Amino acid sequence: METSILFIQLLNGLQLGILLFLLSAGLTLTFGIMDFVNLAHGALYMLGAFFCATLTLYTGSFILAVLLAIPLTALAGFILEKLVVQHLYDRDHLDHVLATFGLILCIDTMVHIIWGPEGMAIPLPDFLNSQVELLPGIVFPTFRLLIIAIGLIAAAGLYILVNHTRLGMLIRAGASNRTMVGALGVDIRTLFSGVFALGAALAGLAGMLIAPITEASIGMGSDIIITTFVVIIIGGVGSMKGAFLAALIIGLIDTFGRSFLDDIFKLVMSSEAAETAAPAVSAMLIYILMAVILAFRPQGLFPPLTR
Amino acid sequence: MKKLLTSATVAAALTLGTQAVNAADQVKIGFITTLTTGAASIGKDQENAVNLALEHIDNTMGGKPVELIMADDGFKPEVGKQATDKLVKQDDVDFVAGYIWSHVLLASRKSVLDSGKFLISANAGPSPVAGKLCHENFFSTSWQNDQTPMAMGETLNKKGVKSLYVMAPNYAAGKDMVAGVERTFKGEIVGKDLTKWGKDAQLDFSAELAKAKASGAEGIFVFYPGKAAGAFIKQYEQAGLKDSLPLYTVFTIDSLSLPKLKEGGMKSVLGSSMTQFWSPDLDVPANNKFVADFREKYGNYPSFYAAQAYDSIMLIKSAVDSVDGNLDDMDGMRAAMQKADFPSIRGEFSYGNNHMPIQNFYSRTVVEDEDGNWTTQIDQVVLENHQDVYASECTL
Repeated sequence: METSILFIQLLNGLQLGILLFLLSAGLTLTFGIMDFVNLAHGALYMLGAFFCATLTLYTGSFILAVLLAIPLTALAGFILEKLVVQHLYDRDHLDHVLATFGLILCIDTMVHIIWGPEGMAIPLPDFLNSQVELLPGIVFPTFRLLIIAIGLIAAAGLYILVNHTRLGMLIRAGASNRTMVGALGVDIRTLFSGVFALGAALAGLAGMLIAPITEASIGMGSDIIITTFVVIIIGGVGSMKGAFLAALIIGLIDTFGRSFLDDIFKLVMSSEAAETAAPAVSAMLIYILMAVILAFRPQGLFPPLTR
Repeated sequence: MKKLLTSATVAAALTLGTQAVNAADQVKIGFITTLTTGAASIGKDQENAVNLALEHIDNTMGGKPVELIMADDGFKPEVGKQATDKLVKQDDVDFVAGYIWSHVLLASRKSVLDSGKFLISANAGPSPVAGKLCHENFFSTSWQNDQTPMAMGETLNKKGVKSLYVMAPNYAAGKDMVAGVERTFKGEIVGKDLTKWGKDAQLDFSAELAKAKASGAEGIFVFYPGKAAGAFIKQYEQAGLKDSLPLYTVFTIDSLSLPKLKEGGMKSVLGSSMTQFWSPDLDVPANNKFVADFREKYGNYPSFYAAQAYDSIMLIKSAVDSVDGNLDDMDGMRAAMQKADFPSIRGEFSYGNNHMPIQNFYSRTVVEDEDGNWTTQIDQVVLENHQDVYASECTL
C-alpha cells in the first residue's frame, strides 16, 4: 500500500512538474534568452485555455481543438510582441514589469468581456476521461499520463530546436549579441517575434492541458506565474535544462509536501498541531527552497554555460 | 480665535445637516460581493438576486426610494475592507450587506459596526461573529459556517457511513466546515487535507485524491466553493472514485457549478449528497415566486448565494418599513429585524441571541429535472430549528 501511493504521488509530481516546465520554457525563452521580463506570460496560458475551451465546444473534439488553439495562441503572442513588447526591449526591467502587468489587466478584462466571469469547462472524450491500471493496484487517470507524455515530447523538441538546429543557433547568438547578429544580416526582429510566439504557444499548450482538470478561468495565469518564476530562478535564468530539472524538482517537492508532510509532522508533534502546520509549511516549501538556493547558489542550480 | 472656532463649528454643523437631509431622502444600501476574479460568477448571481428583490418591492422601503451601491471585494480581505470603508465613510450608506467570504467579513466587520451601521451577512458565517464577536447591529440571512456540515455529519450517520476522508480549503470557513462535520459525525475521520486558498488557490488535487483513495474511507466530505468546485469534481470523476469513494459536499455543488458540470459531462455528481438550509425546490410561497421569477429573468436556477442576497434585501425592507422610513431609529429597526418578520425564501425562521437564523437544514440529492437541467432535490429535514453552537459564547 505504502509503495503504491508513493509511486502514484511520484507520477502526480511528475505531471505537475511537466506542466510547470511548459510554462517556464516559454519564460526562459523570453526572460533568459531575450532578457525580457514577461509577467503577461500567464495571460497567454489563460488565453490558450479559453481558445481551447471555445474550440472544443465548436468542433466537439478536444484533440482537434488543441491542434487549432496552439497556432492561435502563437498568433496572439506574435501580435502582442509586434504591438507592445517589441518597443520595450531597449528599456529596463522595471518598464517590462509595468508594461506587462498592464497587459495582464487588459487581457483579464478582455476575457471577462468575451467569455464572462464564470470560466469554461472542457469536456474530455471518454477515452481520456478514464483511468489506466499501470501496475496491479496502481490506477492513474489517463489524461494525466497524456500530460506527462506531451510535456516530454515538447521538452525533447525544444532541446533539439535550441541546441541542434540553425534556428536555435541564431536564437542563442541573438541572445548573446544582438547587434552583431543583426550586422551579419539576420533579421533579429522577426527572429525575436518568432521566439516570443513560440513561448506563447508553449504557455498556451500548458493552459490547454490544465483546463480539462481545473477549468479555464480568469486569473488562472496570475495564480501560476509566481511558481513559474520560482522554477526559472531555481533552475538558473536562461537555462532550458535548468528549467526542465527545476520544474520537476518543484513539482515533486510540492506534491510530496502536500502528501506526506502531515504524517511526518505527526511523528514529532501533536496531531492537531500537525494538521495546522502541515498545510502552511507545504505551501511554503518551494519558496523556502528558492530562498536557500538564492543564498548559497544565486546563479541557480544549472546556470547556462556561456553568459 | 473664538470666532474662528465658532464659524468652524457652524460650518461643520451645516455640512452634517445637509448630509443628514440627503441621506434621509432615500435608503442607501451598500452591497459587497465579488465582481472580479474567478469567483465573479457568485457575485453576479447575488447582484441579479438583489436587483430582482428591489424589483419585487418596487425599489421602495418605508416609502423611500432605495439607492443600491454594489462594491467588489476582489476575493481579498484587504480589498473588501477598503470597499467597506468607502461605503461607510464616503457613501454614508445606512446598511452594508453582502460578504461571500468569511475572511473578508472578518476583516471588514469592524469598519461597519464601529460607525454604528447595520451589517447584514448574505453568506459568510464565521464562528467568531456568531460567538465572541457577536454584535447588536450584525444580522445574518445565511447560517453559521458549522451548521451545514453538522447537518452533513448527521446525514452520514443516518446513511451508516463509518469512515470519512475530509478535504477543505485552508481558511476561516474551511476550518469551520471541518469542525462542523467532526462535531456530529460519529464514525472515524481517516484523513484530512486543508489545501491552499486565496488568489493563488490550489486547484490541482491529484495528490490529495490519491491519498483519499489509499485511505480506504467509505466516503469523502468536501467543501470547495466557487471555481474550485468544478476543478474538484472533474478530478474526482477523472480519478474514477464514484463507486469506491462516494461524494458528500457542502457549498460545493450549486446552481452555479451544476450547468458547467453538466456541460463537462461530470455524471459522477448525479446522486451525490449534500446539505443546506434551502433548495430551489423548497415549497414556500416566497421561494416559489423567487425561483420562478429568477429563472424567467436570468434563465438559470438561483444559487443559495442568490437566495440569501434576496433575503438580505427583504430583511432590510422589514426593518425600514417598521419605522416608516425613519432611518435614525436604529433601536426600532433592530427590534424589527430580530423578529425575522418577512417572507423569507426558507420559510418561517427566528433569530437567536447572536442574530444568526435558527432554521431547518435539509439533506439534498443532485438530480436531473424534467427539462434535463441538473439541480438539487430535498430528501428530508436533518436538523430541525437548529441553532449554532457558538450562540452560547455571545453575550447579547
